Amino acid sequence: MNDWTIARSGEAVERGAMATWAPSEFSTKVAAMRHAGGRLSQLFARPVGAVGEKRWRIYAVVAMDAESSLRIGAAEVGGDHPSYPSITPAWPAAQAFEREIFELHGIEPVGHPWLKPLRRPPGTEAPGTAGYPFYALSGEQVHEVAVGPVHAGIIEPGHFRFQCLGEIVQHLEIVLGYQHRTAEPMLAGRGAERRAMIAETIAGDASVGHATACALAVEALTGRSPSPRAQHIRGVALELERLANHTGDLGAMGMDIGFLPTSAFLGRIRGEYLNLTCEICGNRFGRGIVRPGGTRWDIDAELAGRLREKLSGLRDETLRVLDLLFSQPSVLARFEGIGALSGSMADDLGLVGPVARACGRDRDVRRDHPHGVYRFAHLPVALERGGDVYSRAAVRWLEVQRSLEFLLEGLGRIPDGAALTTAGESRPNAMAVGLAETWRGEATYVAFTDAAGEIDFVKAKDPSMHNWFGLAQALRGMEISDFPLCNKSFNLSYCGHDL
Amino acid sequence: MFKILRTRLSQGHRTIDYPLSLPVLPQRYRGRLAVDPAKCQAGCTACKDVCPTGAIDVAGGVKLDLGRCVFCGDCVAACPSGAVAFTSDHRMATDRRGDLVLSGEELKLADGMGGELRKKLGRSLKLRQVSAGGCNACELDINVLNTVGWDLSRFGIQFVASPRHADGIVVTGPVTGAMRQALLDTFDAIPAPKIVIAVGACATGGGLYRDTGSTAAEASKVLPIDLFIPGCPPHPLTILDGLLRFIGTQVP
Repeated sequence: MNDWTIARSGEAVERGAMATWAPSEFSTKVAAMRHAGGRLSQLFARPVGAVGEKRWRIYAVVAMDAESSLRIGAAEVGGDHPSYPSITPAWPAAQAFEREIFELHGIEPVGHPWLKPLRRPPGTEAPGTAGYPFYALSGEQVHEVAVGPVHAGIIEPGHFRFQCLGEIVQHLEIVLGYQHRTAEPMLAGRGAERRAMIAETIAGDASVGHATACALAVEALTGRSPSPRAQHIRGVALELERLANHTGDLGAMGMDIGFLPTSAFLGRIRGEYLNLTCEICGNRFGRGIVRPGGTRWDIDAELAGRLREKLSGLRDETLRVLDLLFSQPSVLARFEGIGALSGSMADDLGLVGPVARACGRDRDVRRDHPHGVYRFAHLPVALERGGDVYSRAAVRWLEVQRSLEFLLEGLGRIPDGAALTTAGESRPNAMAVGLAETWRGEATYVAFTDAAGEIDFVKAKDPSMHNWFGLAQALRGMEISDFPLCNKSFNLSYCGHDL
Repeated sequence: MFKILRTRLSQGHRTIDYPLSLPVLPQRYRGRLAVDPAKCQAGCTACKDVCPTGAIDVAGGVKLDLGRCVFCGDCVAACPSGAVAFTSDHRMATDRRGDLVLSGEELKLADGMGGELRKKLGRSLKLRQVSAGGCNACELDINVLNTVGWDLSRFGIQFVASPRHADGIVVTGPVTGAMRQALLDTFDAIPAPKIVIAVGACATGGGLYRDTGSTAAEASKVLPIDLFIPGCPPHPLTILDGLLRFIGTQVP
């Protein structure tokens, strides 16, 4: 085969019919997609052949957002020193993915300009390497500030190293891997229920989004298609998750600039959204809602009515508080112009989610690769152009409004049917990709079946894999004191990145 | 300015009156599990077979380790005789790891700090949180206790930035290899006497990440734990109940 395999999110394709190229042709083909309307959604390697045979297949999944389709291609590498030409110089969006391929399998992306450890922070370096290769400036006025892995607040661990000239940050290096739990291998085999639970904890604050993306890939391979009712309930849970996180983060941004009224109000309101999720499934983070074949928990008419009633009160409260936040000159003065990224930077780095939309990049999986309820209910894509903290906050503000509208309307017309489908016919020797727009952006799951139709490999991606490098770039030219605010406007996942 | 005041007034007083009364939890809330080995059918292993974390043992009647449980409810659905069931009880913090194993007796809830330690820390407990492989759900629901709804500081408990200012650690996560040293360093930096509280399934029993090979299985393998608060993640009320029992405050 010498052309891309075309598939949609949630559609199975035969592994035998997969486009496969020589390594050098693969890199050229992938890089060329950047200028053909493509966006790099996933790039990973998978061992093939017998254990210890030293053969791998590298897969690229390129999302064609305008066409609602995916392009999938592969290359085979092998031997004692496997390698392929790095894609990163032509398309920087590949940088973290290629570092992962090198770190996990020893396959060298030749010519990678930043081939650093991805999940091996200081103290856990591979044997024989001489410490973590921090980037450093030198000169009389240069100083370095190192923070973490343990931070001041109640948050996940990571290490941040600022290279400063005077007060100005010239470069921020973000070193992750402290949260590495070896989660990914747990996604393969060992039962469908357990797989869904692992997906829910890949990034625990985006449980519904991850479980949905994982289910889309898995269901395409197992034939257990969820009913319209189940898809509707998944959408409700996903938007509740978005609401909780967006309101919480907007409140926390108020906290970071010392505007306490909204941080106090929104901190509490966030909890109210979590309580609504708890009404659906008995867990505030939506654990157990999404299961392969549909949803474990149903929303009957009585519960739907109760949720709507609570939501309509919460809508008024939330929007009043957000209106207060966005009408304060002192807040706007602090949000505007901080941590700005350009649209072309967003394209270079392959940023996703609200961070990309804040740079005017019109991409949202809910519209571009719609699944389930999003094929029928169209949520307008929230866009801003400034690329700064204000734009990221404003995109989230818009998304809060639209999620609320979606929920208030959608809860009134949940289709009939069973919440869980149990039967299905599995597809042996196939692969499928599932995309979902979590509140941080695109989660991508790629699943494979063996000859018996059992799922034997799953690759997960949290949107943070794309966006962490965006945060580092956003800090250039800022002051260290801008970091907390900037960081919160991204609010990326550590464990989702570290897997 | 008027807008701030108007919004402030419309918000009103939002702190719950717990522990004077109990907040109402959702009907579907998945609280502490209860087991009744007397109801087990001979030779039945249904619950053990479906448990994703190996928290259940059936030799000699069902035993369920709440420390390893992620409260998914697969065992409840699988049990043919109602020997495993959810309760709506949010209280499940214990002093000892072994107390988390349910075998039909009533769960022995935490007595908390004793004598000298309670005298020193009971009225003002400063804690440093360390996430060591947590998925951010436990972290977020600990953070919730600092919101106006819960207002943790009214009980004399506060989360602080520096271990030098802390009396103890609240650890979440199964303790990843990369966080092990940082966790130990943080513990060392806290002046004695000091305590450690494990929050969430990963910290109390490893949860889904007990046997992945890159974690310590559970926090008690790395640090001495004085209070275990199970859950995936525990409800804020479960965490608060645990913390209050620990310092000796009367709770319902």
